[in-house]
Amino acid sequence: MADFLLYFKKIGGLIGMSSKIKVNNLYLYYGDFCALNNVNMDIQPNQVTALIGPSGCGKSTFLRTLNRMNDLIDICKIVGEVIIDGENILDPEMDVVQLRKRVCMVFQRPNPFPMTVYDNVAYGPRIHGMKEKSKLDEIVEKSLKASALWGEVKDRLKKPALGLSGGQQQRLCIARLLAIEPEVLLMDEPTSALDPISTLKIEELMEELKQKYTIIIVTHNMQQAARVSDYTGFFLTGDMVEFDVTENIFTKPCDKRTEDYITGRFG
Amino acid sequence: MSVKTTQKMAKAALWTAGFCTVAVLSLVIGYVMFEGIPHVNWQFLTMKPKKMGSEGGIFPIIVSTIYFTALTLAIATPIGVGAAIYLTEYTREGKITKIIRFGTEALAGIPSIVFGLFGFAFFVIALEPITRGWSLLSGALTGATMILPTLIRTSEEAIKTVPVSYREGSLALGATKWQTICRVVLPSALPGIVTGVILSIGRVVGETAALMLTLGGSMRMPGSIFDSARTMSMHLYLVALEVGTKPALDKAFATATVLILTIFIINTTANWLMKHFIS
Ligand SMILES: Nc1ncnc2c1ncn2[C@@H]1O[C@H](COP(=O)(O)OP(=O)(O)OP(=O)(O)O)[C@@H](O)[C@H]1O
Ligand SMILES: [Mg+2]
Repeated sequence: MADFLLYFKKIGGLIGMSSKIKVNNLYLYYGDFCALNNVNMDIQPNQVTALIGPSGCGKSTFLRTLNRMNDLIDICKIVGEVIIDGENILDPEMDVVQLRKRVCMVFQRPNPFPMTVYDNVAYGPRIHGMKEKSKLDEIVEKSLKASALWGEVKDRLKKPALGLSGGQQQRLCIARLLAIEPEVLLMDEPTSALDPISTLKIEELMEELKQKYTIIIVTHNMQQAARVSDYTGFFLTGDMVEFDVTENIFTKPCDKRTEDYITGRFG
Repeated sequence: MSVKTTQKMAKAALWTAGFCTVAVLSLVIGYVMFEGIPHVNWQFLTMKPKKMGSEGGIFPIIVSTIYFTALTLAIATPIGVGAAIYLTEYTREGKITKIIRFGTEALAGIPSIVFGLFGFAFFVIALEPITRGWSLLSGALTGATMILPTLIRTSEEAIKTVPVSYREGSLALGATKWQTICRVVLPSALPGIVTGVILSIGRVVGETAALMLTLGGSMRMPGSIFDSARTMSMHLYLVALEVGTKPALDKAFATATVLILTIFIINTTANWLMKHFIS
């Protein structure tokens, strides 16, 4: 019964009952090349949404649109709407700095700054004006605990972050985001450079983090998508072919191309 | 010839080249030190020069050298690093950056005496009311124009090697571009920038002719940046060439020894500071 209710709620999400992010008719061009072709999707709060699809289909591009990281690319042109909490973030008037505080990104390769572990986590709060040492200490500890890293680094907070293992670095990058208390976490293949154990840790972490945050994850790992996500979107050469509750995508996809892709018969 | 023989011969040739470099270097430094060290003593370091420098010490000249170098760097470093930041972070690659880059490269290759002549005409004569003619200020302004191209080049290279992922990481946390530059990009680029600064120090400390035209060459202790002064390189040139007696030559060698040691100390401290602050 509970399962059924949950399922019902998820279906409700699909028809846009309570979305956190609403993407309407989104087109994105790199010069003349159309990298996103009329993408529409509703992303639910406190849920994990997975994006899958073959290499070069525009998953990263889509993710980077959600916090305007594509602004850094000169040749990139965007048409359409991305509405987060009722506000079109593609509006040129939008304050990108404020947006990126709310919508944060974890990159494919862990990219801690060449500073100490502590300074990495304190970086965000500091640039947003927090100076008090005791408050910073508190935030650093809380964020590292939330990213399941505290136990491993509590004795080396003043050591360089680049000395951590890849998996630890990635969790540090997650802690760095949590320190500024965002609303949405964008994760672009966060585990592709990690070993299975670190991967598992990050997956468990996501399960926990979704209580507080809305998570969107790009992954090439079908099992991972099936394990961690509530919704899944399948991209193919800039089109969003199918977007549905994860169970549906993996058990009864509507589109032949989705089925081919998830069963590995693609090509 | 077999591949192995070629390999051996190449190795031998490279070794010889390396050996020659080291040998020539140690010969020069060794000779200067050998001639100079006997005349370097406490009095030499702390006394005023007498009789055109053929007697006495070089204390005011050491002070002037430090004063002049510091002033030059204080003028040139902010401008050089600022220009490098502008070129790498705030402009797109295009015609303008190409022109600026061509300009800096061309300037870097111009003999320093040309800068000296410019400094003499512009800073010493045209801006006399401001710089008071031959003065530390005129000299430092000239020195700054001389090292600016190198500083810009090296800083630019250093900034470019900072990985894009650092910038993205910072921007994705809601940092502004300026915060990203100050807190992530510049600290990572610092070792490269400091290398450029050290190279520049070498260049200004070793300069003579261009400074003769702009610093003047007074042996007195400078009281302010508007006083004329002379650096150690100038002093050793003037003493060796214009006085030319045996005692004067000894003083010149002693000055050279102090000069070499100063540069050595500057380089090691800079390296030490860098290691200490970066890690
Ligand atoms: N800066 C750019 N300039 C021009 N084209 C780009 C740029 N970035 C991406 N593209 C193109 O846009 C398309 C989508 O790229 P994107 O990186 O979003 O793919 P992806 O789905 O994330 O692939 P992967 O799974 O390999 O990470 C690709 O064809 C790529 O070549
Ligand atoms: Mg990608």
